[in-house]
Amino acid sequence: MKELKISVKNLYLKYGEKTALDDISMDITSKQVTAFIGPSGCGKSTFLRVLNRMNDLIDNCSITGEVLIDGIDIYDKNLDVVNLRKRIGMVFQKSNLFPKTIFENIVFGPRLNGVNDKNTLNEIVEKTCRQAAIWDEVKDRLNEPALSLSGGQQQRLCIARALAVEPDILLMDEPASALDPISTAKIEELIHELKKNYTIVIVTHNMQQAARVSDYTAFFYMGKLIEIDKTTRIFTKPSVKQTEDYITGRFG
Amino acid sequence: MTENILPRHQFEVSPENSHYSKKIVRSARIKETLIKSYFAAAGTAALIFIILIFIFLFKEGINAFNNIGLSDFIYGTRTMEDGTVKTVYEWYPTSENARYSLLPLLLGTLLTAIPATLISTVLGVAAGIYLSEIAHPKAKEFLKPVLELFAAIPTVVLGFIMLVIGATFFQDLLHPANRLNAFVASVGLTLVIIPVIASLTEDALRSIPMDLRNAAYGLGATKWQTISKVILPAAFSGVSASIILGFGRAIGETMIVLMASGNAANFTMEIFRSARTMTATIAAEMGEVSQGSDHYYALFFIGVVLFVITFFLNLIAEMIISKMRKKNTF
Repeated sequence: MKELKISVKNLYLKYGEKTALDDISMDITSKQVTAFIGPSGCGKSTFLRVLNRMNDLIDNCSITGEVLIDGIDIYDKNLDVVNLRKRIGMVFQKSNLFPKTIFENIVFGPRLNGVNDKNTLNEIVEKTCRQAAIWDEVKDRLNEPALSLSGGQQQRLCIARALAVEPDILLMDEPASALDPISTAKIEELIHELKKNYTIVIVTHNMQQAARVSDYTAFFYMGKLIEIDKTTRIFTKPSVKQTEDYITGRFG
Repeated sequence: MTENILPRHQFEVSPENSHYSKKIVRSARIKETLIKSYFAAAGTAALIFIILIFIFLFKEGINAFNNIGLSDFIYGTRTMEDGTVKTVYEWYPTSENARYSLLPLLLGTLLTAIPATLISTVLGVAAGIYLSEIAHPKAKEFLKPVLELFAAIPTVVLGFIMLVIGATFFQDLLHPANRLNAFVASVGLTLVIIPVIASLTEDALRSIPMDLRNAAYGLGATKWQTISKVILPAAFSGVSASIILGFGRAIGETMIVLMASGNAANFTMEIFRSARTMTATIAAEMGEVSQGSDHYYALFFIGVVLFVITFFLNLIAEMIISKMRKKNTF
């Protein structure tokens, strides 16, 4: 039996009057990859952002319910959101590197935590770049602008940057949707490698990708969680008809 | 996909309507050409007018050298009462022994424009950050138009306010050497420059994509860290441009400095003494000077100097900004 990492109970999220997430409950297992699939606007990205409270930044967004990470309620009033986000890395759909050097991008998080020792920072850069499988491509050009890298490299650098704050959860919001097949394959390979040490939650539009990379798959539809189960089961004999219809391409 | 989405025949011209569509094509083409040439003409005209202004300015300004030497624009000589001759830096174009030193005017301009820009940078950039990053959307909806309205107040009104109220206030507060002085004028200037800097800074910050903010917050940055470490550096060129524009405005502004600076061409670095700027000199004296006199051409020469200063300021700033942008690192 695997260890429980995130536990969500009866979560509702509203943008003003509009309900975006409707009574979601799910458990996410530690050091496994959980994929969220579903048609556009089904709430899967919104739900991903619930997990590191990125929705706090949006006005008129109200949340009820409980989200426990390692048994701690992350919506507790006394919880420091900044510390929470440091424990949870996030990778976005579009690479969003800062207009700084490759080096400065990676050490941005550590620097926020007060790490300024040059040797320590160098170690962090090498370690995270190796983890993100981009070290060989950037080691000779760490002081070049990060935006001079290719799209796929930029996205892997975003992963390295997220790893540099030493999170234990990695949230990925369609990390490969803007990439070519070769870069996508590299990212997927990387996810496979990373799950040894990290709990990974990935939102994807691409069902083959979900099938390839994930251990668990959750299917969202119209703000509701329809089904969550082992990926092998979801893609072979899902227990809900809607899931089967979506996976076989009958809608969405 | 093997089938075409639209049936093919819709794009083909059938024989019976080919004449008609040819006509449409021709009239569309004429319209395109007309529109294109209209904009080309308008753009060129604007450029030509600006170039003509420069040519006129330089043509008149160069006449100043007919009777006045370059050194006369820097220093002059005055025979004192005891008969000794002294080197002086004075602007006395109407004296019998006319003196044309531009240095007091140049100092007056810098002494009002630099403090004004410094104060406005601090306050204006802060206001821009507040509007773009901190203010509630509803507060912003109200504040931004108010700020822009402020920039539209006629400067003569601001000058009058500084002359009557501002000068008295600072006289009681700081007991300056002269009631109207460079400091009062620079405070007056900030009233026009702060809105310029704040508004342009806000534009620059708002143009930074939301993605970058998300990235910073996602890494555990606080709001202030996000602003200072990501958004401001990313908007560096826009913010600098706003400051440079503000400085340009401070140098070019006339009415406020004419009314609030005391308008005495002192050769001094003291900010609490009366000063006179280059712009105020042109504005105050051009109306009374006899056309074609040395004094008349000297005023045009001041215009040339003003133009050269602002031109090089902009050039240097542009170079710094493009260098920063090329490096793309902060």
